[in-house]
Amino acid sequence: MSAEPAVPRTARPQRLTGFGRTAPTTALVAPISSEADVLAALREPGPRGITARGLGSSYGDPAQNAGGLVLDMTGLDRIHAIDADSGIVTVDAGVSLDALMRAALPFGLWVPVLPGTRQVTVGGAIASDIHGKNHHTAGSFGNHVRSIDLATADGTVHTLTPDGPESDLFWATVGGMGLTGVMLRATVALKRCESAYFVVDTDRTANLDELMELLTDGSDDRYDYSAAWFDTTTTGAALGRAVLTRGSLARRDELPAKLRKAPLKFDAPQLLRFPDVFPNGLANPRTLRAFSELWYRKAPRRQRDAVQNITAFYQVLDVFADWNRVYGKRGFLQYQFLVPMGAEDSFRRIVEKIAASNHASGLNVLKRFGAGNNAPLSFPEAGWTITVDFPIAAGLAELCTELDTLVLDAGGRHYLAKESRTSPAAIRCGYPRLDEWRKVRSAADPAGVFTSDMARRLELV
Amino acid sequence: MIDAVGNPQSVLLLGGTSEIGLAIVRRLAGGRPIRVVLAGRASGRLDEAVAGLEQGGCAVQTLDFSAVDTGTHAEVVAKAFAGGDIDVAVVAFGVLGDAEVAWQDVDAAVEMATVNYTAAVSVGVALAGQFRTQGHGAIVALSSVAGERVRRSNFVYGSSKAGMDGFYLGLSEALRPSGVRVTVVRPGFVKTRMTAGMSPAPLSVTASDVADVVADAVRNQRELVWAPGPLRAVMSALRHVPRPIFRRLPL
Repeated sequence: MSAEPAVPRTARPQRLTGFGRTAPTTALVAPISSEADVLAALREPGPRGITARGLGSSYGDPAQNAGGLVLDMTGLDRIHAIDADSGIVTVDAGVSLDALMRAALPFGLWVPVLPGTRQVTVGGAIASDIHGKNHHTAGSFGNHVRSIDLATADGTVHTLTPDGPESDLFWATVGGMGLTGVMLRATVALKRCESAYFVVDTDRTANLDELMELLTDGSDDRYDYSAAWFDTTTTGAALGRAVLTRGSLARRDELPAKLRKAPLKFDAPQLLRFPDVFPNGLANPRTLRAFSELWYRKAPRRQRDAVQNITAFYQVLDVFADWNRVYGKRGFLQYQFLVPMGAEDSFRRIVEKIAASNHASGLNVLKRFGAGNNAPLSFPEAGWTITVDFPIAAGLAELCTELDTLVLDAGGRHYLAKESRTSPAAIRCGYPRLDEWRKVRSAADPAGVFTSDMARRLELV
Repeated sequence: MIDAVGNPQSVLLLGGTSEIGLAIVRRLAGGRPIRVVLAGRASGRLDEAVAGLEQGGCAVQTLDFSAVDTGTHAEVVAKAFAGGDIDVAVVAFGVLGDAEVAWQDVDAAVEMATVNYTAAVSVGVALAGQFRTQGHGAIVALSSVAGERVRRSNFVYGSSKAGMDGFYLGLSEALRPSGVRVTVVRPGFVKTRMTAGMSPAPLSVTASDVADVVADAVRNQRELVWAPGPLRAVMSALRHVPRPIFRRLPL
């Protein structure tokens, strides 16, 4: 008697990486377009297990599963219902935030948490418990999820809610990097909006201290959205000079007459797709220094009440598809960490260390977080977060290891959606509730069906 | 898993007492507490190697391995993978022997061919099976410039390395679709125990130099490297020297 094929017939071997284009591995990728497809895969998980993958926008390896099965969830992409009155939407896990936003805007509904790109799926947004520039006022994505339909390893589908009977599995799934099961659908509470535009204030600061002052003088709470770009190539009195942009969604009456006719028009073109022709080393300290100088100089010193669309204010890089190719074949890594409130000194030392190193980063973001949520592996909590992008180069591993020490000593942690190179010990240290999460996870998946390259690398499960 | 900056978390060394092999393991560990499996014959030297790596924080496992005993290779390799994924496997065993004995004594010739070629192939096949299932990882095969153009002075050794070099270059192609990388390393004269007493050739290197080249190759997913790097150009020229001239060269 011949055995059933261990994987769906449509699965094909594919080399996968994250957005950083580092650490490629090969897995069987199965296209998923229905709940039945997911349940079929769960019946024959194979020896190397299963991981779900959305749009692959995590920088590292959480959506890779070397030698195993990867479920391509982007085909499970139906928007089931949008309730214009309550603002509650029911969507498949493979729906992108871009698609959700385009569908919801005509109803005057806004996706409550948006990361720096709209090219992430709802499932990915929950698995990473993503945050945006409005974390200090709105919290992370999981805070807005009303329910999740999760297919667990035994092939059953659970409808999880934040305070229902299986709330522990709900919160283990929020931020759980896809390791509790396969998310099929979710209901999410959207936010009411009058326009798709922002009213934005810009402040250019001479250094990091000035920036931190602006972020702590109470003014930050007047804006729904707030984040700063800062310079990692300047030292001394100009250490961490920054451009702080803060704003809120515009009311209709705040728009100029021209925009008032169609305030909910979604104005976000994709202008350019980068070809895969860039050599390693094009993004080097010299070019990144020039880029930083330009970026700083082009910003107004002080500007009030400017009306900007989402591209200008929020998701500048969504104008370019595949911009990660600029870093060449060797790829790059994004280093994002947080340190709690009160650890401003260590925060400063970390920025000094980056500025003094010979590794430059162009796209640097600094943001103040509000309070965290219930999820044991959720990244944000009250404190400061920094994101820097380093092209892969000799000596980078050593610099990052030194930064790890500073971050962990300050009581901070790494963001798993960006992580691609730290040690299991660093994650244990940064996430003291890891064991609590593991208990919930192993109760839902006792045989360890759900795994990923990241789970293996960081010994998460 | 090999991470974004090219650092592995586990290394298997076949030829557990090889000086070059151990230098490679130390360099890949880079002071981090990785898992190391040393496959070799039980000996004082193997114990020393274990102690040295453990002192650096590595978790070390040893497996009894004999290159000539090809029938046991699959089992030894399977044991190494039973303890978890292997990120990098280094095929580092080999014999140099006395070149003049090797081409005149049948036993010596067969031993050299068996260890350097047959055993390397046997191990390669076993590794390929495990790595394909795993879907990631790197195999590093220590070849030699002696195999790139075989010369009179050590042609039994050279021919055995030429064979293993060709096998692993082919394996590199065969494993590409499964996401497994193979790096063939061609060192020149390496100053080690194996070459003690021989007068070093120009461009000679140390085991630690070879380790640098290998760590860089693993990091950058290179398929064929020379140690030192400039040997690539030298060998490229030597390959095309006509035989009447080649035999007169002091090589």
